[in-house]
Amino acid sequence: MRYLAPKTVEEATTLLAEHPGAKVFAGATDVIPQLKAGRPEPEALVDLKKISQLVSVSDEGGHWSIGAAAATAKLTGNKALAAEFPGLVEAAGLIGSDQVQSRATLGGNLCNASPAADSVPAMIANGMRAVIAGPGGTRTAAVEDIPTGPGSTQLAAGEFIVSFELDHVPARTGDAYLRLIPRTEMDIAVVGAGARITLDDAGNVAAATIAIGAVAPTARRVPAAEAALVGNPINDQTLAAVAEAASAACNPIDDKRGTIAYRRQVAGVLARRAVVAAAERAAARTNGGN
Amino acid sequence: MSRTHVTCTINGDEVEFLCEDDTTLLDALRDEVGLTGSKEGCGTGDCGACSVILDGALTCACLVFAPEVDGGTVVTVEGIADGNQLHPLQQTFLEGAALQCGVCTPGFLVAAKALLDENPHPTETEVRYALAGNLCRCTGYDKIIRAVLAAADYNGSEG
Amino acid sequence: MAIIEQDTTNPGFKWIGTRPIRPDGYEKVTGKARFGADMMLPGQLEGAVLRSPHAHARIVSIDTSEAETMPGVKAIVTGADFPDLKEAGAGAADVDLAVNIIARDKVLYEGHVVAAVAADTRKQAQAASKAIKVDYEVLPHVLTVDQAMAPGAPILHPGTRTKNVEPAPEEDSNVVSRVVQQLGDIDAGLAAADVIVERTFTTKPVHQGYIEPHAAVADALPSGRVHVWCSSQGHFAMRTMTSTVLGCDPTRIKVTPAEIGGGFGGKLVIYLEPLAARLSQKTGRPVRIVMNRDEVFKGTGPASGTKITVKIGATNDGKLTACKSELFYEAGAFAGSPVGAATMTMIAPYQFENLLLEGYDVLVNKPKVAAYRAPGAPMAAYAVESVIDEICQKIGMDPIELRLKNASVEGSQAAYGPKFPKIGYVETLEAIKNHPNYQIPLGPNQGRGVASGFWFNAGMNSSATVHLNEDGNVTVVVGSPDIGGSRASMALMAAETFGIDVARVQPFIGDTETVGFNDVTGGSRTTLATGQAVTEACEKVKADLMARAAKTWNCDVSEVEWVDGQVQKLDGSEPPLSMAKLARGWGRTGGPVSATASLNARGVGSAFSTQVCDVEVDPETGVVRVLRYLTAQDAGRAIHPSYVEGQFQGGVVQGIGWALNEEYVHTEKGTMDNPSFLDYRIPVASDLPMIDTIIVEVPNPGHPWGVRGVGEVGIVPPLAAVANAVSNATGCRLTDLPMSPMRVLDALNQKSNGGNGH
Repeated sequence: MRYLAPKTVEEATTLLAEHPGAKVFAGATDVIPQLKAGRPEPEALVDLKKISQLVSVSDEGGHWSIGAAAATAKLTGNKALAAEFPGLVEAAGLIGSDQVQSRATLGGNLCNASPAADSVPAMIANGMRAVIAGPGGTRTAAVEDIPTGPGSTQLAAGEFIVSFELDHVPARTGDAYLRLIPRTEMDIAVVGAGARITLDDAGNVAAATIAIGAVAPTARRVPAAEAALVGNPINDQTLAAVAEAASAACNPIDDKRGTIAYRRQVAGVLARRAVVAAAERAAARTNGGN
Repeated sequence: MSRTHVTCTINGDEVEFLCEDDTTLLDALRDEVGLTGSKEGCGTGDCGACSVILDGALTCACLVFAPEVDGGTVVTVEGIADGNQLHPLQQTFLEGAALQCGVCTPGFLVAAKALLDENPHPTETEVRYALAGNLCRCTGYDKIIRAVLAAADYNGSEG
Repeated sequence: MAIIEQDTTNPGFKWIGTRPIRPDGYEKVTGKARFGADMMLPGQLEGAVLRSPHAHARIVSIDTSEAETMPGVKAIVTGADFPDLKEAGAGAADVDLAVNIIARDKVLYEGHVVAAVAADTRKQAQAASKAIKVDYEVLPHVLTVDQAMAPGAPILHPGTRTKNVEPAPEEDSNVVSRVVQQLGDIDAGLAAADVIVERTFTTKPVHQGYIEPHAAVADALPSGRVHVWCSSQGHFAMRTMTSTVLGCDPTRIKVTPAEIGGGFGGKLVIYLEPLAARLSQKTGRPVRIVMNRDEVFKGTGPASGTKITVKIGATNDGKLTACKSELFYEAGAFAGSPVGAATMTMIAPYQFENLLLEGYDVLVNKPKVAAYRAPGAPMAAYAVESVIDEICQKIGMDPIELRLKNASVEGSQAAYGPKFPKIGYVETLEAIKNHPNYQIPLGPNQGRGVASGFWFNAGMNSSATVHLNEDGNVTVVVGSPDIGGSRASMALMAAETFGIDVARVQPFIGDTETVGFNDVTGGSRTTLATGQAVTEACEKVKADLMARAAKTWNCDVSEVEWVDGQVQKLDGSEPPLSMAKLARGWGRTGGPVSATASLNARGVGSAFSTQVCDVEVDPETGVVRVLRYLTAQDAGRAIHPSYVEGQFQGGVVQGIGWALNEEYVHTEKGTMDNPSFLDYRIPVASDLPMIDTIIVEVPNPGHPWGVRGVGEVGIVPPLAAVANAVSNATGCRLTDLPMSPMRVLDALNQKSNGGNGH
């Protein structure tokens, strides 16, 4: 297996075309354990971390641009980003230990396509977009559409995510991500729930996005939960509807980490709690980001 | 099979070694450079026994491909003392009996050093969460946490 | 800092009870200490092991021809390279050991070794092992005691007939044997009870979880000797077992102990050593084999999964009248679960007049179990202490008061035969009861649980040699690997004996050729037995030096005395002779000074522990968090209190993991589903509070320093302490471990649906 470290997006695209059996990587926090578990070694591994666009985090005016290979430690260490999107940044910060945080990336977390990826529900709730480079040029896709099933994405051969776009948050908006793990750290999420709430001046919900993870082949939004909130206050009744909708939207499996019944029940609990946390943050934020 | 030549700085010294491209940094440190202080407890980033500081960031050496560190800087447990002067953490670990078998100790020392370098006076909770990536099976963590807090106090008393 | 409730007859030790820095500590904090995998010899080859992917299969054929030609490969071994001990008429335990090291005609669990390869690099050895073609005839397998005992179950070892059952069985079985502890009249005892609680509990196999995987380096020398470096809990035991499997005399094998990165009982047996040795013999080069974490889970010895039914009767005022129990313990693929020890320890804290405890050793297609800290006891204590807790709830009695009312004391009849000598169980109960933690008010969704435990501790054999050096300092050579700070304790006991500063004592762990025979570091025996040997050897040196001084002064030895590291004339008519002075003069008085003590330890003292745990349960998710934990344990005499506390705390946290999260998960095919630290979940630092400790000291009258072993009993109460706390918090009695969020939420759901909370 060869290690290749291009310095530009163009160089990376060329290398991937020259080595059809090559794969890209950033933190290797999934790649190395998978190789050790017996996954066949690719012909080459292309390290994306030496490409400056892939690792930078910057405010581009209308939106944040987050390099797909930027370590999550860089996100949690960015005070402005963390203040504007606490849910997203906390979610990114939950991936593994502090050791893993210096290596884990949003691009890797998304493209590894584990149904339980911690950053994905929060990315979906915040409407993030992926900027993709490939042999055919550059294109953009909703983060929600990238994973197509456990371990697979819609990316074509030779394509890789360069960065994520995250529009600045409107006023009275807050986000949150919660997960259920048996310990306090170091576990893969048994259930994950991300929520983003925008309140109107009356304190009712003007906009809501709710996404659940680890309870279906891919993380997904729960339109019925969102509909139960929009135009309404947050109270026991609407929250109960959120929980019910979230449970109903699950399509989980029994595995060593959780049962179908447990995931269904707890998805409702976490969706409800995430909405409450996001709403509290929304109420506290009178101005929008930037 | 041709091997890649890597040049980097380890514990302040310029070091060169050869490795295959899929060799991890942990294996390169142990087998090529002769620094066996970093341990393999799991090989998959779940135990922290191989913790090193790479380009200023705490990381698991088992999750890094050795060729990645070409031109980079690595600090291992063998490099946290200042010559013969132990780092305050090493001293408080000894005084506080914060090690029993000692195999997880290198990883804890490096992780705790990384913590105190960034957050010189952490709370007990902050210490516990910062060290959640380091597994210990002997101590139940109690004396380790106390030793880290004691080293933080020691730093504080110096100025 | 621990509270030490000290024995008032403490004669005021100068060194024992202090907390010096351990002598091996500097190497361990600087990364210089050499553990099993850190050994590199010139010309060393690297090994890889091929293991069965099947839980149960016949090996039809093994074809190594392609593997042998692969790059870097120097040798391959299979079962055919090792003697057939069954044919040689060896005992059953030795036959099982040898077949567990490497399979012969059958593989009995996923992970069972089939072959091993030595090559220039580990990558080459691994690639070659994958190219070995094994033709398996897959057989049906059994994974639980119920499956193993079901009619028509596949039999692991044809010819196995259950021992100690009447009438003698006429059919093969997976139940190897039955053990019984009996006292009094069980039916009368139950009839005399006002309240009876009967529950069935299940626990899963758990792993000791040492952070250091097994590793061994073997160097077969041209003379026929084999030098082995390995981390283990006893290099003499490693030598004995390796020689048995290889078919040679133990004297031909030299074992040098590496530092050991945790054992807890799991490194009392060998796995890699004979493979590395045989590969080294075949290649003429040193061979290193290191397990990865996957192999540690699949190819070493976890603790038994169990199914235990306990029925206890009590009067309304809390007098326990009878205990009946049936225990089924998984042995794994070969006989030898610790179910016997379970029956001997499970009710030891209590005076029962009527007992019937029946334990069964059951074969299943899983790795052969190995010891794990008080082997057999934690699971049985979980059952007994939970049932006692439920009795307390039913009769409205405080859990410590009931235990005080029934507590074993000096003179009580232990279930397993002897009457207890002086013991400190009541003192541990009082210590918990009187501690402020026991009074802290609990909030919503919080609960408190109490449990006690017992372990007998071992004595066994130790040897130590003490050398006086020219500078007047001493070297103490022991043969006990240092798992938890024992070198420091040996130095303290030597310092106390001589009356010299502990810094003048240099402890050293000798290999199998530089120190006399030593049994393993395990069974909570090291401070006791090796400490006895060290103390005795020091006393011999003292006696020798007093004789030398008398000779120097031309007087009788009755006219001299030893004070603080010097020999003095009782009448003061000569200046004292220091150890250094006596050393410099040894040529004139008879030669260098050195003494050895080899003994079978006497006066073993048992250990009791009582623990209290506070938890908070999230009622909507079933997640349990430990808020507070306090343990009180009788250490007899704490030689180095910091390392005694460390043993208490380590055992408690392993027990918490066992109670809440740890388990072997198997697929239906009999393969392990979670062989990594990601999904085999041991506690992490953020999961826990500080573990408060109380060192109770009721000195063991049988030991020169009053020592009782401390390493094991700490893991016995936590399973029940946590379960009782969860019961107190939720009103649900959980009888299946681990109490994962799934199981807790399930119990809560059933309770709110009108179930009985079980």
